[in-house]
Amino acid sequence: MGERMLLRGNEVIAEAAIRAGCQCYFAYPITPQAELLEHMAKNMPRLGRTFIQAESEIAAISMVYGAASVGVRTMTSSSSPGISLKQEGISYLAGSNLPAVIVNIVRGGPGLGDIAPAQSDYFQATKGGGHGDYHMIVLAPSTVPEAGELTMLAFDLADQYRTPVMILADGMLGQMMEPVELPEPIDVASLPAKEWATTGAKGRDPNVILSFDLDPEVLKRMNLALQKRYRQIEAKEVRYEEAATEDADILIAAYGTVARISKSVVRMARAEGIKLGLFRPITLWPFPYQPLKELADRVKTVLTVEMSAGQMWEDVRLGVAERANTPFYGEMGGVVPTPRRILSEVRKHAS
Amino acid sequence: MPVSTEKMVKVFGRPGSLTEARFTYCPGCHHGILTRIIAQTIDELGIVERTVGVAPVGCAVFAYLWYRCDVIQASHGRASAVATGVKRANPNLIVFAYQGDGDFASIGTAESIHAANRGENITVIFVNNQVYGMTGGEMAPTSLVGQKTTTTPDGRDPALFGYPIRFSEMIAQLDAPVYVTRQALYDTKRIMDATKAIKKAFTNQLEGKGYSLVEVLATCPTNWRMKPTEANKHVAEVVTKVFPLGDLIDRG
Repeated sequence: MGERMLLRGNEVIAEAAIRAGCQCYFAYPITPQAELLEHMAKNMPRLGRTFIQAESEIAAISMVYGAASVGVRTMTSSSSPGISLKQEGISYLAGSNLPAVIVNIVRGGPGLGDIAPAQSDYFQATKGGGHGDYHMIVLAPSTVPEAGELTMLAFDLADQYRTPVMILADGMLGQMMEPVELPEPIDVASLPAKEWATTGAKGRDPNVILSFDLDPEVLKRMNLALQKRYRQIEAKEVRYEEAATEDADILIAAYGTVARISKSVVRMARAEGIKLGLFRPITLWPFPYQPLKELADRVKTVLTVEMSAGQMWEDVRLGVAERANTPFYGEMGGVVPTPRRILSEVRKHAS
Repeated sequence: MPVSTEKMVKVFGRPGSLTEARFTYCPGCHHGILTRIIAQTIDELGIVERTVGVAPVGCAVFAYLWYRCDVIQASHGRASAVATGVKRANPNLIVFAYQGDGDFASIGTAESIHAANRGENITVIFVNNQVYGMTGGEMAPTSLVGQKTTTTPDGRDPALFGYPIRFSEMIAQLDAPVYVTRQALYDTKRIMDATKAIKKAFTNQLEGKGYSLVEVLATCPTNWRMKPTEANKHVAEVVTKVFPLGDLIDRG
């Protein structure tokens, strides 16, 4: 395997993208993902690949659209306010069936918010975000090594399903340093050819990249094709982790940084005799409704903990479907819940 | 008596880079002439198999129907950024962006200026007809002072809406672009001049020289509420006073 290094989450995502064969990276500076941009600025040109500091987030995602059309692996990254600006381009990527990876190192909002870690972009990431009926695959790492693994996976899924894929992390994960064993670089030449790409109409009919048709029946068929692919993704790509759920009678449902913190809470609660387990969605879209439903039949309570006002909570309640109690504890504005604080919430519902 | 065609030589035909699909443009609109000139240029340079067109939002949104090269339909105003992505991802491709005045000089202002400022090795065709054609004739950033549009029913008042923006002159202030020119299509001479300019803009890219911009003054008889002949005259006598023809820079 690869060498072991001490790296920040942002750097690991950047390095994993390079090793996944990302040929073109376009982005605009924003805190707290600057290290990602800087890592790419330093390393992409050395490898003969494209780095552009774009004039805006909209320009960056539009450059991604162009590079994706040509069939190369491409990525952009930003943080919450910047991701809002990218929604136009993400909708076009989805509508035009283009693979691309978008990284959101989420910060506090709404508006300018702050630069502290948050999970308040869950709705935007998982429910569409831009205009039209579409989804992105959304991957939520909870550790620095996992951020690297999921970034590699994101490029594969994007190509496989011809869809934008988002890495949804937060400022804490972006800034945190952890020892990481980086994955081996892939052999770009071994990737399947993209017959649909606009690489020049030599020996074939012209290829067209578009999300447009004025005939409602045609546009309906284009939408049905998208929806069919989303059903395939829902059937095949659900990912989640369970911890200490076998004998649990109360569960925490949490993702990303909060899930990581909650693992400590599970140990603390177990030391007090509370049978606490953890359910951690890794794909936020498609959300793991079915495994959660099965767990909900065996526990009394599923406590959702988020750094938001309760966004994933809605999906947890859909999954639990009133088979268990579904209380919520959240922090907002960039406040990160402490294990002790989460434990006191668990105690309220454990008795 | 039937005429023999045996000895006749075909001297003019449809460019091979155009499909058989009919244009969706209105009678008297210059978009059709311009689309043909671009196709003819692609033919002459023998580059149809390595050309990628980037289509805008606006009347030219259907460009993918007409060219025999690969075409990408971009979001409104972003064609120059999309073209940047295409060219950087595959520098062997010949990339042109085709954008109207609303697309290039209003909603796409940032993308247009910065692609030029980076000196992207692309060709941009900027169609200036001083009006939003597809959405029903609203004011464009290039609309003339006093011009009546559906959003300036009493004529464009500079106190409220500013002046027609000379975007190519702004681009010409930058260090990176190699060729910035303004052309028109209202008579045969102008069509021939514009054809030469477009060929030069593509040739610059083929030779790796960098960013070329060809602004083309075009008519919109439908939204100008003019006959095609009146529209041509209007460009020649009025529009060129505000938007003078000729090369702004030529560093090729």
